[in-house]
Amino acid sequence: MDKVINLKKGLNLSLTGQASGFVRDKALSATFAIKPTDFTNLIPKLAVKAGDEVKAGDVLFFDKKNEEIKFTAPVSGEIVAINRGAKRVIQEIVILADKQIKFKQFDAKSSISKGVDSVKEQMLLSGAWTLLRQRPFNVVADPNAKPKGVFISGFNSKPLGADVNVMLGSENANFQAGIDALNTLTDGHVHLGLPTEGAINSALTNATNVKKHYFNGPHPAGNVGVQIHFIDAINKGDTVYTMSPQDVVILGRLFNEGIYNTSQVVALSGSEFTSNCYISTPKGAQIEHLISNNLKSEDARLISGNILTGEKVNKETYLGFYDNNLTAIPEDTSPEFLGWLLPTYERPSASRTFVWFKRLLAKGRAEGFNVNTNMHGEERAYVVTGEYDKVMPMDILPNQLIKSVLANDIDKMEELGIYEVVEEDLALCEFICTSKMPVQQILRDGLNYIQIEA
Amino acid sequence: MLHSTFDAIETLLFVPGHSAPAKGAHIRDGIDLKRTMITVIVAMMPVLIWGLFNVGYQHYLSLGVNEGFATMNNMLFGLSKSLPIIAVSYGAGLGCEFLFAQFRKHPVNEGFLVTGMLIPLCMPPDVPLWMVALATIFAVIIGKEAFGGTGMNPLNPALLARAFIFFAYPGSMTGENVWIADKPDGYSGATSLSNLSAAESVPVDGNWLNVSGWSVGDMFLGFEPGSLGETSVLMCLIGGVILFATGVGNWKIMVATFVGGLGGGLILNGLVAMGIGADNAFMAVPAYYHLLMGGFAFGAIYMATDPVSAAQTERGKWIYGIMIGLVCIVIRVFNGAYPEGMMLAILIMNVSAPLIDYYQVQSNIKRRLARAK
Repeated sequence: MDKVINLKKGLNLSLTGQASGFVRDKALSATFAIKPTDFTNLIPKLAVKAGDEVKAGDVLFFDKKNEEIKFTAPVSGEIVAINRGAKRVIQEIVILADKQIKFKQFDAKSSISKGVDSVKEQMLLSGAWTLLRQRPFNVVADPNAKPKGVFISGFNSKPLGADVNVMLGSENANFQAGIDALNTLTDGHVHLGLPTEGAINSALTNATNVKKHYFNGPHPAGNVGVQIHFIDAINKGDTVYTMSPQDVVILGRLFNEGIYNTSQVVALSGSEFTSNCYISTPKGAQIEHLISNNLKSEDARLISGNILTGEKVNKETYLGFYDNNLTAIPEDTSPEFLGWLLPTYERPSASRTFVWFKRLLAKGRAEGFNVNTNMHGEERAYVVTGEYDKVMPMDILPNQLIKSVLANDIDKMEELGIYEVVEEDLALCEFICTSKMPVQQILRDGLNYIQIEA
Repeated sequence: MLHSTFDAIETLLFVPGHSAPAKGAHIRDGIDLKRTMITVIVAMMPVLIWGLFNVGYQHYLSLGVNEGFATMNNMLFGLSKSLPIIAVSYGAGLGCEFLFAQFRKHPVNEGFLVTGMLIPLCMPPDVPLWMVALATIFAVIIGKEAFGGTGMNPLNPALLARAFIFFAYPGSMTGENVWIADKPDGYSGATSLSNLSAAESVPVDGNWLNVSGWSVGDMFLGFEPGSLGETSVLMCLIGGVILFATGVGNWKIMVATFVGGLGGGLILNGLVAMGIGADNAFMAVPAYYHLLMGGFAFGAIYMATDPVSAAQTERGKWIYGIMIGLVCIVIRVFNGAYPEGMMLAILIMNVSAPLIDYYQVQSNIKRRLARAK
């Protein structure tokens, strides 16, 4: 069980603005929202209308294709607005939160011992089921699927990533309860990926009823998709469940306390924040509230999620359901004179075509890079080969996979392993791409195409 | 009409200030295609500068004057011969590229920056300029744009240009009269490669110097005649180190080509030692000579490593490089009509590269399927 898996391929990016380890308790944001657009390929059916009073755990909407899967309120209060976008797509269901959250009671305290049907029932009723996702496709888990395992990555290797140890805090009991619940959902095991270096939260080291696997290597060693590949890879026809460690704690609260309490720790990372700290808040907090007085400039790009995989947001909207990270970096759209030739401001590069004199010394190398959103080039056809392979530790040919998606060749996509990857696994490929291809978007298009055609 | 041209010049002067899209990676690597291409051109500078001196040096040698290698006269003569070729190559090629970009409504791609420099480097110094223009236009249109532009060409465009002149106007590309610029008729312009390929018998004392005409040192450093870029193996290796250090050129292909060439030569030497092929003296030439003669080093470092036309899988690159080395040796030794086999070897392997990749992809697929059982 102490087997160490050594990964050689990948890239660690050292950037300024890493969130540091203390958690600020904040007063509740005024409004919270759940965004149906956070859930891949979901068609929501509303169960509430503007003006309704809800408690935390009351149903807001459910999946049109499977009415068992309910999406519930993260806080209690009044539904103030249901915002729609183009083609009347529901974008946000906004709740004006009570000062004290009122939780709906669920009869879940003895469910784990009663077995899988009772666990599933409570998870579906409370909305905690939506914390669980499945691969392939990275959609909300299908309750009727038979997953061969549940995978949790216990560490975050992403650049400016939120530290799992801080997020878990001292929630050992809830984490264990979550694990026990997840165990009932599969005939296989619950697998936990852990790092070989650095301190590990006791909730992880003391966890029982799991198989622990240790990973050593650069990012993306912390991605659950990479870990699945080396533990028990997904073949065609397989299903696995994944959940983030903090969501396991929320799940555990359902079975220990009988309530759906989405309070979580969110990291504020990125160089545009004055203070890179952690904030404790329920899910769906408004961005404006999270950044209050902490932003250095109004032009910064706000990203719900990680700097490599997240979605650009503005202040009026809400943090994504699965996101525990809010990143703020400078926006940069200024052209650079002879930028491909002359030395300019520092930027990270996996290639060795940049020489930064400051970094020739070890002391200079230790500093992170200040990054911005500049693409540093235009989109071109694929010319350079072999660069994606340097950051893909899985036995997958990323270049050929992306080309098969561009060619709409479903057979080739399946053969080359599209079921094993989701966008975050190819995020580094998108970062280093010389031809500036939108790799993650292409992959998502391929996954959607397969779901429609198959 | 001129939007593409304006766009091309604007992106030449300014890296455009696009920001990352709303979903995906919000920060990007500093590298882009222009920077990659410029790095390759920087790596070609040692070869170019040496070649310029050498063109002048060989010319004055043929006139009986030897004032040394690194003289101003040599450089000026070299420039007078080479600058027109470079200008015609870039002019004809970029003109084609701009026209196509306008008609197809896509931005001018940087791919030609490197090809435009490679074409003059593989031409003899005396080549007529109209031939260079014709060959460049052929290479850009048939070799690149017909397949979809930069990133889509199955064959190396610079080698296509050379192959075009080689087959259409062989008198200007091969033989003894083309490799020294403006030489008097009586002077032999033979290179070591042509001397050795015409060798009739193996020297009894094992000393090939009299047969080849140039010492190993001369061949390595680059004091013999040849095309603009191929004479100095040392300069090619320096370029190779630059490409390797910056991570722009694939070291696997470079090393594999040298290994293939050396291996091929050793096999032939071995066959001669066993008594086979006693009538072909070229087979007995020491294996490492092949790496120093002709365009082998230049082709291995600059031509074979073109990422678009080479094999694209990592393991495929080893096979690709080794095969280039082997095929080059085979063409050189066994075919009297083509003393220089490197160009043809690379073109043949360019055509075979998709096949190599196909089998690598299939083995990846089979591994995945085997896991499912």
